[in-house]
Amino acid sequence: MKFTFIDRRWIFLLILLGVGLPLIIPLGFKLEVSPDAQMVYDVIQSTNENRLVIVSFDYDPASKPELHPMGYAIIKHAIEKKHKVVCTALWPMGSQMADEIFHNLQKEMPELIYGENFINLGYKVGGMVTIQAMGKDMRNVYPKDASGKSIDDYPMLNNMKTIKDFAYVVSLSAGTPGLKDWIMVAKDKYGVSVLGGATAVSTPAFKPYVNDQKQLNGLLGGLKNAAEYEYLVGRKGTATAGMDAQSVAHLLIIAFIVLGNIAFFLNYKKVKE
Amino acid sequence: MINLWTSVGIWLGALSTLAIWSFLYKDNPFYKIAEQIFVGVSAAYWLVYTIYNILIPNLFSKLIADPKGNWVYYIPGVLGLMMVLRVIPKFEKASFYPLSLLIGTTAGISLLRFLKSDVLAQTTATMLNPFANANIAVMIGQIIIIIGTITGLIYFYFSKKHQGFVGVNARIGIIFLMISFGASFGYTVMARISLLIGRLQFLFGDWLHLIK
Repeated sequence: MKFTFIDRRWIFLLILLGVGLPLIIPLGFKLEVSPDAQMVYDVIQSTNENRLVIVSFDYDPASKPELHPMGYAIIKHAIEKKHKVVCTALWPMGSQMADEIFHNLQKEMPELIYGENFINLGYKVGGMVTIQAMGKDMRNVYPKDASGKSIDDYPMLNNMKTIKDFAYVVSLSAGTPGLKDWIMVAKDKYGVSVLGGATAVSTPAFKPYVNDQKQLNGLLGGLKNAAEYEYLVGRKGTATAGMDAQSVAHLLIIAFIVLGNIAFFLNYKKVKE
Repeated sequence: MINLWTSVGIWLGALSTLAIWSFLYKDNPFYKIAEQIFVGVSAAYWLVYTIYNILIPNLFSKLIADPKGNWVYYIPGVLGLMMVLRVIPKFEKASFYPLSLLIGTTAGISLLRFLKSDVLAQTTATMLNPFANANIAVMIGQIIIIIGTITGLIYFYFSKKHQGFVGVNARIGIIFLMISFGASFGYTVMARISLLIGRLQFLFGDWLHLIK
């Protein structure tokens, strides 16, 4: 059958058009909020004002399209709820990711002020061991912020002693070290609520932690949940803009799978005969 | 107004993206150039990053500031040097000691954490009473969790031949496994398409200004 010998480059071209065109001409597909995104939203929404919270940037530019929109939406939500956002990074380039979000978000949120309700403590090597050390003495782990200034100069951190002083931790995670380390130490050892933002590839591995034991208090997985969170906080960002393209691409791939299977079975029947 | 260097960066990013994508048509010199540049720049970036963000703040600055008070930092310093000796075949064995220390401590630290989070907490999370729920959807979900966990474990029980009762449960287990593989594949597709969307948003937005 001719169909089974189609040049794969036609498929690449169709995917490129399927993803590219909806970005230029949005189709306006409806977006519904899933319980996963709602869980994360509810935890942040119900946390009291002036509480310290950690947003850990455990990714680099390779995972930016999926995790960056989550970072924007979550920090926007936390600042609106008057939480004091402390950014950390278990990945070396995570610190730059946090800086980029801060500078872009500051343009639309004048109330976001470095050192008053937002601080970037930068990258620390060590993964799980670093989080364990945060449970003993946070000030010893982070004596300075990412710019090299002593944390004693920031009054927002006066009450910060250990990780237990934080209302919740959000790990935007692209792999190891990342969300799993926060679950194992921050939640299972120190009892701090942990929320996750994971790439779609790693989301199935984290789903079992959203359980009765509340090892994870909420999980955003991939671009779809990022778009849902943008919807919840009323910020149309890159995730929302990308959802039409994502949907068209998924429909195309489903069509390819169906056609491929039909062709396979027809061919199989022919060979058998 | 975008400054000159930002424009240069955007053009370099856009042309590199197109060069890498050109491999989808067929292997060509543009792809090879972009690939080699990526490998070289990555290696140089990580070397400089490691020196300035790990070695200097965590080791050198502490030893320079107070060599006597921070004497304990000589230990990781020496262990690090021993690890680097790997590149000299004559002293290669010196790297075995820091390596064994690293493996031993990592295993020790991880064992307790994995035991608690992945074994005890996960097992406890499957010890459910589904009939205690008023919500029928939650009840069905919990029954599926229990059946999926038990039959999945039976599939991985190899001390008895998969026949009869064990065989039936192992077959149910493999159905659950197949569904989970399918879900993982779906998520992987979503992830890869998301990356393509990210690149196209850069090309259409930052480079060509076709979208806001």
